[in-house]
Amino acid sequence: MSEPTFTLDGDDVPFTEGQTILQAALGARRYVPYLCFHKDFKPHGSCKVCTVKVNGHHAAGCTTPARAGDVVESQTEELTELRRDLVQFLFTEGNHFCPSCEQSGRCTLQAVGYELGVTQGHYNPLFPTRPLDASHPDVLLELNRCILCELCVRASAQVDRKHVFALSGRGLTKHLVVNAESGRLGDTDLAVEDKAMKVCPVGAILRKRRGFTVPIGERTFDKAPISQVLVAPHEED
Amino acid sequence: MDRDLSAILARHHHDGGRLVQILRDVMAVAGHISPGAITRVAEALALPRGHVEGVAGFYSFFATEPRGRYRVRFSDNVTDQMAGSRALAQRMLDAFRIELGEVSRDGLVSVGLTSCTGLCDQGPAMLVNDHAIARLTPARIGAITSLIRGGSPVAQWPDNLFRIDSHIRRRDLLLGAPFAAGDGVAAALARGAADVRLQIEQSGLRGRGGAGFSTATKWAACAAAPGPVRHVVCNADEGEPGTFKDRELLAHHLDLVLDGMTVAAVAVGATHGLLYLRGEYPFLIAPIQAALADRRARGLLGRDVGGARGFDFDIELHVGAGAYVCGEESALLESLEGKRGIPRNRPPYPVTHGYRQQPTVVNNVETLAAAALIAVHGGAWFRAVGTPRSAGTKILSVSGDVERPGVYEVPFGTAVRDVLAEAGALDVQAVQVGGPSGTLLAGSELGRRIAFEDVPSAGAVMVFDRTRDILGVVDNFARFFAHESCGFCTPCRVGTTLNHHLMARVCAGKGSRRDVDDLVRVSRLMKAASHCGLGTTAGNPVLDALAKFRPAFDARVASEPGPAFDLDEALAPAREATARDDAGAHLDPEAP
Amino acid sequence: MKPDVPEPRKKLRVATTSLAGCFGCHMSLLDIDERLIPLLELIELDASPLTDKKHVGPCDLGIIEGGVCNADNVHVLRAFRQQCKILVAMGACAVNGGLPAQRNHLDVRDCLQTVYLTGLGVERGFIPNDPELPLPLAQVHPLHDVVKIDYFLPGCPPSADAIWSFLNDLIAGRTPQLGHGLIHYD
Repeated sequence: MSEPTFTLDGDDVPFTEGQTILQAALGARRYVPYLCFHKDFKPHGSCKVCTVKVNGHHAAGCTTPARAGDVVESQTEELTELRRDLVQFLFTEGNHFCPSCEQSGRCTLQAVGYELGVTQGHYNPLFPTRPLDASHPDVLLELNRCILCELCVRASAQVDRKHVFALSGRGLTKHLVVNAESGRLGDTDLAVEDKAMKVCPVGAILRKRRGFTVPIGERTFDKAPISQVLVAPHEED
Repeated sequence: MDRDLSAILARHHHDGGRLVQILRDVMAVAGHISPGAITRVAEALALPRGHVEGVAGFYSFFATEPRGRYRVRFSDNVTDQMAGSRALAQRMLDAFRIELGEVSRDGLVSVGLTSCTGLCDQGPAMLVNDHAIARLTPARIGAITSLIRGGSPVAQWPDNLFRIDSHIRRRDLLLGAPFAAGDGVAAALARGAADVRLQIEQSGLRGRGGAGFSTATKWAACAAAPGPVRHVVCNADEGEPGTFKDRELLAHHLDLVLDGMTVAAVAVGATHGLLYLRGEYPFLIAPIQAALADRRARGLLGRDVGGARGFDFDIELHVGAGAYVCGEESALLESLEGKRGIPRNRPPYPVTHGYRQQPTVVNNVETLAAAALIAVHGGAWFRAVGTPRSAGTKILSVSGDVERPGVYEVPFGTAVRDVLAEAGALDVQAVQVGGPSGTLLAGSELGRRIAFEDVPSAGAVMVFDRTRDILGVVDNFARFFAHESCGFCTPCRVGTTLNHHLMARVCAGKGSRRDVDDLVRVSRLMKAASHCGLGTTAGNPVLDALAKFRPAFDARVASEPGPAFDLDEALAPAREATARDDAGAHLDPEAP
Repeated sequence: MKPDVPEPRKKLRVATTSLAGCFGCHMSLLDIDERLIPLLELIELDASPLTDKKHVGPCDLGIIEGGVCNADNVHVLRAFRQQCKILVAMGACAVNGGLPAQRNHLDVRDCLQTVYLTGLGVERGFIPNDPELPLPLAQVHPLHDVVKIDYFLPGCPPSADAIWSFLNDLIAGRTPQLGHGLIHYD
């Protein structure tokens, strides 16, 4: 029996039972832009950047189960425009000053912005006041850059079993909190070896004393666009 | 506090699933949930501290910083505003010399706003600690201000302050039928599960919460789902602004609702029921608990319900804490499990993976009330009323510019015009049917009918006469959605706030055509990409108003965009620091 | 190297300025090196740090570096908007406030007090209040918070190649498209 398939922008994409559209697409080395998805975690679908059209209806590619025969659209002008707006929403919501960010050049938000041709600047920035937490000896928590993807929350709970990170507030006041009465990262048991340290797609959770190690021009997304990096045969972990 | 906390935790059996209830009790005792209390609760429940902090930070009735000993919240629905709520709030703020959201220096009182409290037929309304007060007037505000100054506990204030009136103006199938506690249970037990489901199917009953999903399909799927325990959840989180019909059903037809839950339990084989009551209805808590106790005493809950050997079913009351999104059924389940009210991903659906991942039916108060009567009278009785695709009646909550605000039960298919005539609406400019997430009708559309196939509605009908500013109405709704977005997904979290800012700018006469274009753009994006119904409907008022009242927008906006902020205001801090007030220390917002 | 465009009928009049910026974007513009020569065959400069003209006149294209941090920036930006048919926000600061906007979570009163009154080593200080001095705004804003901006060219600074490609497109009447390598936020 042959594998079931759906079509993605007209091409057949095979999938295995239980895979979502995004998982199957990446498995077939087809890039669909995303931010909150990570192959090691169950998709939860909050950033919506992977929104596709399934049989004409919008759906998050990462959480929508792949179904044989479905017609999925992704690389259309309409969806690119929608994704551009979502990326701009994230820039508008936080304080993203790329020139002074240690993650610049390796940042997924930035790279997806480049991929989609976002020059920023459509909406009025909200300039929120967010704290910077340098209390941990080895880790800097820079919430101005947090895009609320919850990957650190998931990694700390599911892999590290430490529950260092959680979310509080709601709506635009939703924010990352740490598992300490003082509210300080230094009072949690986060360690640099933790999975939670390795999943932040932006520059919100950083190892101290490790900034700007790769020269400009040689950083991950200087060398190739994210659409190539993410579906390359040997994806970095 | 430590002893209080221990008592609270013991009362809830140290069950982390009851976290929202536990934190409600902490609020009642301490006035806020301190960092220390969060740590204590987390340790006692063996939950990560961050989880408890996250829940404490999610619900708007929870405060993690000290509030006043008297926590006043004015209902801020557009109908409250039309009845003068903002001026009354200002009167109280002036009396205590505080700003909105501020705590008085002596810690006595804080005054804020809250989303619709479901007293639109007798607004303006407010909540003080755990008590609702309706029909606010300057005189009542004066009395309340004195009582707060006097320092007596709210529970000891004069009873007449807390009186909630009933305004059932039109009765039909549900509200007019004679019914005694247990009638539905007896009928359902006599019919058996399969026949109850058959009658529900033949009745054509569809969910009354707004979405209109077939109740029979939902019940059949739950009944067929494997699992040792099934649950029936009554969604009484009536949060849609302008809706208060569930309040009346629970206050005056409670047995119909509780019988309905038990009928559902028969139909799906459930042993456990949960009634999720919105936190804005504190006056219903004691009556519901008394009714549950009474039903247990009469064998209508507990073991061998209705005398049927082996049919065990009981109902637990959960109370919300100020979160509109919890009206969404999967967010409601999360809240029932003591979590942040974030809508789940589907599939799987609640019918197979609901409360604690077990098969669950979640039904609206009115749906369950209808089910109780269908069990008694049969599906055909119900089917005979309404339209082919919308069987039965709909209970509407009518408020705003009408002479007789209140609850009207009308057959599906009734024209909006006929409802308005009965309620005494004059000079109608617009009607918001189904609340902010519903449909804005222009005065020329009043021939449209209340029906799933025409104008669907969870029950709200808010009427605006020609003196009202439609943009102000839309602005109120935009603010509501920004306040109530759960923040899970990007489009809704950011989009609702952008829309709120854009509408405020347009209303203030500082907007441009580009802002209007952005309102459309953001609204469409939210509709296309949001995670749940809150986000997909949050742009409706903007899109409807732009389709039907475009000239009202055009008259208010400039052709070219101006500054996104108040330029002269932005110089105020520097003026203060330099003590300058010369011409160069100001900026003209009108300059090109 | 010549831009791949047909010869325009008349030279495009271009003005540039730096508001709350560091002139780094202007330096990057000069970094297009020998391509300046063909560029100057296509454009003529109005007000710009590169000319002596102080006040902007009617122009086809205005290019602005830096964000809006004080009252003077607002006046200059408004004058540019009034005089220029097309207005471009060049560089990170013009696009989203950039480095100067990192003061936005601070109260400008506290900033002035710390710098001029209470800061380490300040003696007999006073907060300058000469009417000639532009007052700082409460927050630093990107250009599009104040006027309509037609195009955005991000980068800190945008590279010479990005500026060249961008101008080339604009002069030829094409919507600028920056592909991989040219679009940068840093």
